[in-house]
Amino acid sequence: MYEFSVLLVDDEKEFLDTLLKRLQKRKIKATGVGSGEEALKILEESPTDLVVLDVRMQGMDGIKTLREIKKIRPLVEVIMLTGHANVEVAVEGMEVGAFDYLMKPTDVDELLYKLEDAYKRKKIQEQKIKRLEEEKNTE
Amino acid sequence: MFTFSVLIADDETDFLETIVNRLQKRKIEATGVSSGEAALELIKVKPFDIVLLDVKMPGGMDGIEVLREIKKLQPLTEVILLTGHASVETSIEGLKLGAFDYLLKPVKFAELLEKLVAAFENKASQEQKIRGAKIKEIGRPHS
Amino acid sequence: MKRRLYANLQRKIIFVTLLVSFIPLIFLSVTIYYQFAQMFKGKIEEQISYRARVQSNSIELFLKERTAILLAMADAYTFDYLSDKNNLEKIFRIMNNRVGGFIDLGLIDSSGKHVTYIGPYKLLNVNYYSEPWFHEVESKGVYVSDVFMGYRRVPHFIIALQRQETNKSWILRATIDSDVFETLVRTAQVGKTGDAFIVNKAGFYQTRMRFGNEILSKSNLNPTIFGEGTTVQEKMNAEGRKILYAGRWLKNNNWLLVISQDATEEMTRLFKTKQMEIIIVTAGCLMIIFTTIFTTRMTIRRLENSDRKMNELNAQLVHSDKLAALGKMAAGVAHEINNPLAVIAEKTGWMEDLLTEEEFQNSQNLGEYKKSLHKIEEHVERARKVIHGMLGFARRMEPHLEDVDINKVINETISFLESYARTNNISIIYDSNPDLPIIASDHSQIQQVFLNLLTNAVDAIGKDGTINISSKRHDLEISVIVKDNGQGIPKEYQSRIFEPFFTTKKSGKGTGLGLSVSYNIVRNMGGTITLESEEGKGTIFTVKLPVVVPEKK
Repeated sequence: MYEFSVLLVDDEKEFLDTLLKRLQKRKIKATGVGSGEEALKILEESPTDLVVLDVRMQGMDGIKTLREIKKIRPLVEVIMLTGHANVEVAVEGMEVGAFDYLMKPTDVDELLYKLEDAYKRKKIQEQKIKRLEEEKNTE
Repeated sequence: MFTFSVLIADDETDFLETIVNRLQKRKIEATGVSSGEAALELIKVKPFDIVLLDVKMPGGMDGIEVLREIKKLQPLTEVILLTGHASVETSIEGLKLGAFDYLLKPVKFAELLEKLVAAFENKASQEQKIRGAKIKEIGRPHS
Repeated sequence: MKRRLYANLQRKIIFVTLLVSFIPLIFLSVTIYYQFAQMFKGKIEEQISYRARVQSNSIELFLKERTAILLAMADAYTFDYLSDKNNLEKIFRIMNNRVGGFIDLGLIDSSGKHVTYIGPYKLLNVNYYSEPWFHEVESKGVYVSDVFMGYRRVPHFIIALQRQETNKSWILRATIDSDVFETLVRTAQVGKTGDAFIVNKAGFYQTRMRFGNEILSKSNLNPTIFGEGTTVQEKMNAEGRKILYAGRWLKNNNWLLVISQDATEEMTRLFKTKQMEIIIVTAGCLMIIFTTIFTTRMTIRRLENSDRKMNELNAQLVHSDKLAALGKMAAGVAHEINNPLAVIAEKTGWMEDLLTEEEFQNSQNLGEYKKSLHKIEEHVERARKVIHGMLGFARRMEPHLEDVDINKVINETISFLESYARTNNISIIYDSNPDLPIIASDHSQIQQVFLNLLTNAVDAIGKDGTINISSKRHDLEISVIVKDNGQGIPKEYQSRIFEPFFTTKKSGKGTGLGLSVSYNIVRNMGGTITLESEEGKGTIFTVKLPVVVPEKK
């Protein structure tokens, strides 16, 4: 059982559904949406640890969505999903603050590793905050 | 040993000068400014690896606002907050906004160095990842 | 076809150039020559007519003197006195002493009888009454005859005059020494062939010419062509030589003094001038022809060269246009294929996930399913690689220009590979060269080239080795040398190393596109990549890039 939650964002429904099923089968709390706008809505409402974001989507594109996510949830780690033709967009995403990227077609195990890594990073940050909060409370 | 660049924003000039000098002595590229606005102006021109940011400075922008702007301008730049005991709230907020860490004033220099190196390593590992991605983008990867 | 076009153009240029340079040159030289010849001829004519004038004056003077002295004698003495042979002889002597040129002297009475005679011929008592000159004297008083044979049967001419004495008249007659006269006439001779002679009205020679003629023979010169004063005429003689004649009438228009001169001989100087001019003009023409042909050839060759370069450039542009279009298409296709591929991969993965569930474990065909799914994955991976390679090959064929610092690109590229190299104990050495200029080029394309070369070098070494990178600035290009001490490339592969899909690496390890892409990139930038390699020793790649100075912004 993994303790983190993942939000999948991809407009290719078949791909999204299957990947979702595969993650869920690995006992990951995963939800999926088909667009950047929906993703932002969900993030506003409920805390999610990680986002897997396709860079090329109808409507709001990957980079823009990423920027918005980082604005409203700076601690959420984002992994970009990309085709071969858009690797440079993924790299750009990392410069904007994405944790990492993955090429499609995706190897689930690789995705899992990256999710774990990303969550580790997030957790370090959260622990720092937690420590500080405890400190505050003990004062 | 890697060297990196640090921008220090603090309105207390004595503190600022001392810290800049001590960092420079250790071959760390240190620059000092005395306001959040000045820090932002400089960051627009020249990216820094790490920004050491006093959260309480007189003037228009408070530390959190400056942090937000820095993260918008240079998402990879790590920010370490300088806070007093009275401003734990601000530190927490800052960390939630993506600051790498915080330091309590008065600062122990050894601790400062330690956190700077940690921040830089954090940034460097992210950049290394980007470089790896770039290699894959540019040419045939080592797969 | 092309060659003929240039040859045609060359011929046209040469023709026009020669035409416009020859026409004025020839026109000028002909005009100058004509003017000069005209002047020269004028001079000669002037000279000859001057001589004729002078000579005729001296001949007239000669005749006048002799006539005068004869008149003086006739005036001074009477018939009787003169009939005495001694007296006459005395007078003859005086006359010859004073003016000379007399051969004989005779006194003739009114009946025509030669009364007294002093001279070498036996002419005493000869009757002249029927001689034509006798009557001329009677009618005119003083008469200078043409040359005639007379009784002595020798050509000569006489001066005769009549005197009236109370009831009788007499004639005193003297013969002029033809030798003396001819000598006088001939003093006007000039040059090797120049002549001076006298003909009478009817065209009979009165003196001997320099070469040939007999006195009194008929001259083939028509005296009537000579007008008043001094006239110059030009005639061809029998031998076809041009002869200049200057004629002047004397002795009351009875005699014509002719001075002749071989025009050809006189014109020799003119001919020499003409020859010289022809030589100069010919030499000039030859020089013009030579330089025209030479410079035209050079120009045409240059034109041809620049045309060719232009064509090559155009071809290259067309080529890179094609590549750019191909790149765009490939990117589109890749994306379109990649998405279904991703779905297939996910579905396959999902099926594999499901196969791990218990209910399938006992299925008879579980192994077959797994094998099939594995195969599908394998082929998805294969397709993925092909797409990836295709994109790498086609991506961004259009170079976009920016300021590129080669040192920075190299160092950046080295940093990409540093960790990998370190773990395999490969050192990559590059000392930044401060001489390298910033050039206008495509940063990522150049980076791709160096990355390809460096990864090749790293792969060639495998483990434990050194890669040396050096750079140099020449006038118009930058050369970067990447040298590894790896396994080297076998001779038979060296010529094919830049071909697309050619690789010496194990299948699956390399796409065989890296060097080909690099080669195309560098060539599109106007540079070159060359290699030197020895099996077992290592490989040296040399990249030469043109120095394109960035525009000042």
